[in-house]
Amino acid sequence: MTLLAVDNITVRYGRLTALRGVSLKIAEGEVLFVTGPNGAGKSTLLNAIAGVVPPVSGTIALDGAEVTGVPPEQIARRGFSLVPEGRNVFGALTIEENLKVGCGMRADKHQVAGDLDSVYREFPVLAERRHAAAAMLSGGQQQMLVIGRALMTSPRLMAIDEPSLGLAPKIIDQVYEILLRLRAQRKLTLLIVEQSSTRAMMTGGRMILMRGGRIVLEGAAGEMVKDERLKQAYFGFGDH
Amino acid sequence: MREVLQIVFDALSLGSLYALGALGIALIFGVMRLVNFAHGDFIAFCIFAMLWPSTNAAAIVFAGNLPFYLLVPLLLLIGAALSVLSEVIVFRRFRNTNPATMMIASFALGFAIRNFLLMLYSSRPKSITLWPSLSLPVEVLGARIPMLQVVTIVITLAVLVALTLFLRRTRYGLEMRAAAENFTMARMLGVRANGVILLAFAISGMLAAAIGLILAINSGTADIGMGANVMLIAFIATVIGGLGSVPGAVAAGFLIGGASVMFQATLPHDARVFRDAFVYGAVIVVLLVRPQGLFAPKSSKQRV
Repeated sequence: MTLLAVDNITVRYGRLTALRGVSLKIAEGEVLFVTGPNGAGKSTLLNAIAGVVPPVSGTIALDGAEVTGVPPEQIARRGFSLVPEGRNVFGALTIEENLKVGCGMRADKHQVAGDLDSVYREFPVLAERRHAAAAMLSGGQQQMLVIGRALMTSPRLMAIDEPSLGLAPKIIDQVYEILLRLRAQRKLTLLIVEQSSTRAMMTGGRMILMRGGRIVLEGAAGEMVKDERLKQAYFGFGDH
Repeated sequence: MREVLQIVFDALSLGSLYALGALGIALIFGVMRLVNFAHGDFIAFCIFAMLWPSTNAAAIVFAGNLPFYLLVPLLLLIGAALSVLSEVIVFRRFRNTNPATMMIASFALGFAIRNFLLMLYSSRPKSITLWPSLSLPVEVLGARIPMLQVVTIVITLAVLVALTLFLRRTRYGLEMRAAAENFTMARMLGVRANGVILLAFAISGMLAAAIGLILAINSGTADIGMGANVMLIAFIATVIGGLGSVPGAVAAGFLIGGASVMFQATLPHDARVFRDAFVYGAVIVVLLVRPQGLFAPKSSKQRV
């Protein structure tokens, strides 16, 4: 079943066109990697789905219902949770408060305490410092916090922008391990923007390569890494 | 000892007024980066709401005749309603525009409110007597303190405690603090933008009404410019406190009130008329030393 359908969307920031007719589909329970060089439009794609930058044309449908132009808080309520680039923790709030911000909209309030426990089980370092200000956490811990915070909204589709940016390899492994386990346990669908295509290959799933605001290549992650066009997209030779 | 106590109470009550004003400005700035210069006119509006519209010098008290348990809630409601209406009618159209545009919109709104009041009530200050018993002095540790000062301080402390509890302990308080730090992120977590902003405006409007009430009792007059004076100092307090920091705004409000009273008490007699110049001089010194304000909010700067 298709959970997310993006159909031919174009996004502009003033005179700059960031996305030019991008279309993609994600089935429930799937993992989709989006990769590509800086400025390819990967983050813009996620922000467009989240409702932060509405597309000028094209449509976005979540779980069969069109959500183009719907404000971000409504899209979040329909089960889409975005972990944006740059670890947007609420620095002055405590860790526990950060985790609870997204619970206000949930209808299943009785599940919140249980979910909080399971996030703390996954990330014990957060449990230890639950009453500390989030600004005091290290970069890796903040990344865990924003992932935990997104999980606390009980999403169906979770999008993560560059989960491995600036993290030590050991912590990246840990983050991926947790994400994939949650995917299996909760039937979570994942949309991950990732510069490192080897990471995508190791994880499996589908991969999309973007460049210049377009999708230039699409396929199974394992196959794509071998494709010469992937390197070309990064280094800029060849025609496409 | 007696004089010291007198000064302390003067400082605390004046500081309370500034703190309440700064709070009203800081809350709105927090959620939408708007410095609401119409806040002073909200205060004036609430004062005049107690009078019948007339251009006579002798004010005809209207709502002001109500017993306090009706007048206070009614006035708070008027303040909240005016503030919420301003958001819906004016500020909503300027959301996400740059802060300077929003600020100018707030000036325009202030002018509109002020001239509306001028039209109905004329520019003459009117005398207004509310609860004269509040100006009688009470004995505190041997010093004679006007009852109103005590009431002002108690009300301010009660407001601060209530607001702190609201911000720290309730879901809406949590959402408001999150939105103040990163509005887009809060929305992506399902926090309703309009809800949070309307709530901030409603609270801010109630604070304006409280200030209006205190000013009216204190001075016994209703004057259209009354709110603007408080607003100016309150705005300075939010800057000194570190724009965006609610506790900072409150602390700076008390600080300016304290400094003002201290200068009044300690300056040589001939220099007292220039008291405000000394206060603003101190403000400049503070900003030269700490341009980000005394209590700049904890930044969530990226750490790698």
